[in-house]
Amino acid sequence: MDFLTIVQILDSSIRLATPLLLACLAGLFSERAGVFDIGLEGKMLVAAFFSAAIAATTGSVWLGLLAGVAASLVFAAIHGLASITFRGDQLISGVALNFLAAGTTVLIAQDWFAQGARTPALTGAARFAPIDLPFADALSGIPLLGPLYAQALSGHTILVYVGLLAVPATWYVLFRTRFGLRLRAVGENPGAVDTAGVSVIRLRYAAVLICGLLCGLAGAYLATGLAAGFTQDMTAGRGFIALAALIFAKWRPWYALWACLLFGFLQAVSNRYSTIDLWIVEIPNAFVIALPYILTVVILAGFVGRATPPRAGGVPYVKER
Amino acid sequence: MGFTKTMSGAAALALCAGAALAEPGLIIDLGGKFDKSFNESAYNGAMRWSEETGESYMETELQSEAQREQTMRRMAERGANPIVVLGFANASTLEKVAPDYPDTDFAIVDMVVEQPNVQSIVFSEHEGSYLVGMMAAMASETGTVSFVGGMDVPLIRKFACGYAQGAKAVNPDITVIENMTGTTPAAWNDPVKGGELVRAQIGQGSDVVFAAAGGTGVGVLQTAADEGIEAIGVDSNQNYLHPGTMLTSMVKRVDNAVYDAFNAAEAGTFETGIQVKDLEDDGVGVALDEYNEELVTDDMRSAVEEAKQQIISGEIEVHDYTSDDSCPV
Repeated sequence: MDFLTIVQILDSSIRLATPLLLACLAGLFSERAGVFDIGLEGKMLVAAFFSAAIAATTGSVWLGLLAGVAASLVFAAIHGLASITFRGDQLISGVALNFLAAGTTVLIAQDWFAQGARTPALTGAARFAPIDLPFADALSGIPLLGPLYAQALSGHTILVYVGLLAVPATWYVLFRTRFGLRLRAVGENPGAVDTAGVSVIRLRYAAVLICGLLCGLAGAYLATGLAAGFTQDMTAGRGFIALAALIFAKWRPWYALWACLLFGFLQAVSNRYSTIDLWIVEIPNAFVIALPYILTVVILAGFVGRATPPRAGGVPYVKER
Repeated sequence: MGFTKTMSGAAALALCAGAALAEPGLIIDLGGKFDKSFNESAYNGAMRWSEETGESYMETELQSEAQREQTMRRMAERGANPIVVLGFANASTLEKVAPDYPDTDFAIVDMVVEQPNVQSIVFSEHEGSYLVGMMAAMASETGTVSFVGGMDVPLIRKFACGYAQGAKAVNPDITVIENMTGTTPAAWNDPVKGGELVRAQIGQGSDVVFAAAGGTGVGVLQTAADEGIEAIGVDSNQNYLHPGTMLTSMVKRVDNAVYDAFNAAEAGTFETGIQVKDLEDDGVGVALDEYNEELVTDDMRSAVEEAKQQIISGEIEVHDYTSDDSCPV
């Protein structure tokens, strides 16, 4: 494996990690506030469809992005309504939203475009173009770090950098602001937050809507950044891998970044090699693809550190009378 | 007694009338009528028959996996004859349904179902893939070409194996990279992963890619166009999708299969058993049109035409992966 190959694999890892990262941070906000969300997949899917559909009809990727985020926010609001206001089961609401997304996207796509549940292929300004980071050319001559910066880190679409910047932003919001303190408290002990005179309902809605926003970005990235249009079920389980990454990251933003990069890296490696020779043993491709899930189960079983979910997660808050 | 006789007489009369007036039926598979590929091709064949003969036919479109059996039975009960179903996923259902309607003829595309009233239409995808493999090897400047498959099933391996044989026939030293998208049906609808696979293949030097991957192929062809390498489409003629980078498409004439089945039924010559659509009857082939004429050299044209004749005459034998689940190259 030469250096160029490593750079290419890292480049691919970053592309593949970005939708996971955005969805993982989305889940982080929601679950830290005590609302479990297995509807990440569905939200990404509606966002992918509406971003591609609006980008295809208007020719503007930015309008597409807005539409995608708006659709994802609507789904997030439904999840909030079901699980916060009406105190329904959060898991069931999430599952229902996944089904709803899979069905409505195909139905609307067929009705609007009649192309077998696809949007037309996006071209030109209807897609996110890659952007070069400053000094990428000038620095590419530096050994080792130069190509890493110029080829692996530079040259992605803007949403990749938004995803990477969302990590410190999430960390700052959750751990350095009053809103973040309250948001985390609402996931651990909502009764205490309520006693302090802060609205649990409002905080949880805020968290769920932030989750919707980030899922919207993830879905739009899939349809308008990575691919050029929507196809049926194009999220292909990424929302669930993001949930696994969230557990793997123990509900912490920086760990989430590393977890998603690791999962993206494993996918990139499995795309590149059908089998991996480690001198004596030969690792089949399927094992590398399954590795994220195996690692998550290992973490959950408590072999490597402990993953403690927010204590009030999954429980609707009932104010005492 | 007399009443029963009258009733059975009437029933027999009704049956005769039904047989004389039987319309052919087509069940469009999941993926939809306008999928730009497999199903749309079948629909076009049925429409062509309908326009030419002025007759009508029955048609339904599956909405979910669970409807297969119900839809097949309902169409048989409504008196459609023959009933054409599309795709290998129908095989187990048809195996169960066909014996219950012994007077109805069925035809299944892409799979063999051994029932006395079923016509199994299979295509020689390996032969068509061999020809596009030759073109890929002739177009490649790097000496590396690649293949992206959808779900890892024997049918897709058949495409891959034919492609590799064709490429090696032109250039024995050529490297053929093969990737499958996955092992579940989700692998047919993951354009993002398709795109990533092509990028990884380009990283390994590939400059021509053949996609046999359903919806995933959309991402493959798109990324090939973005990265400026040549690509080969599948099933329908997909050359028009990205003029300038689409080398060709390996077309599978599902439309002809449906058209022939309908015609044969009308003429009373419908035969059950296995029907192979190959290069000889243009069941499979290479798409040449105004979108790819700049990329296809005269050398390619003549080489492909020559190989086609040699395959038809039996001079070249293309190995079929599904015959022994292995590929010699």
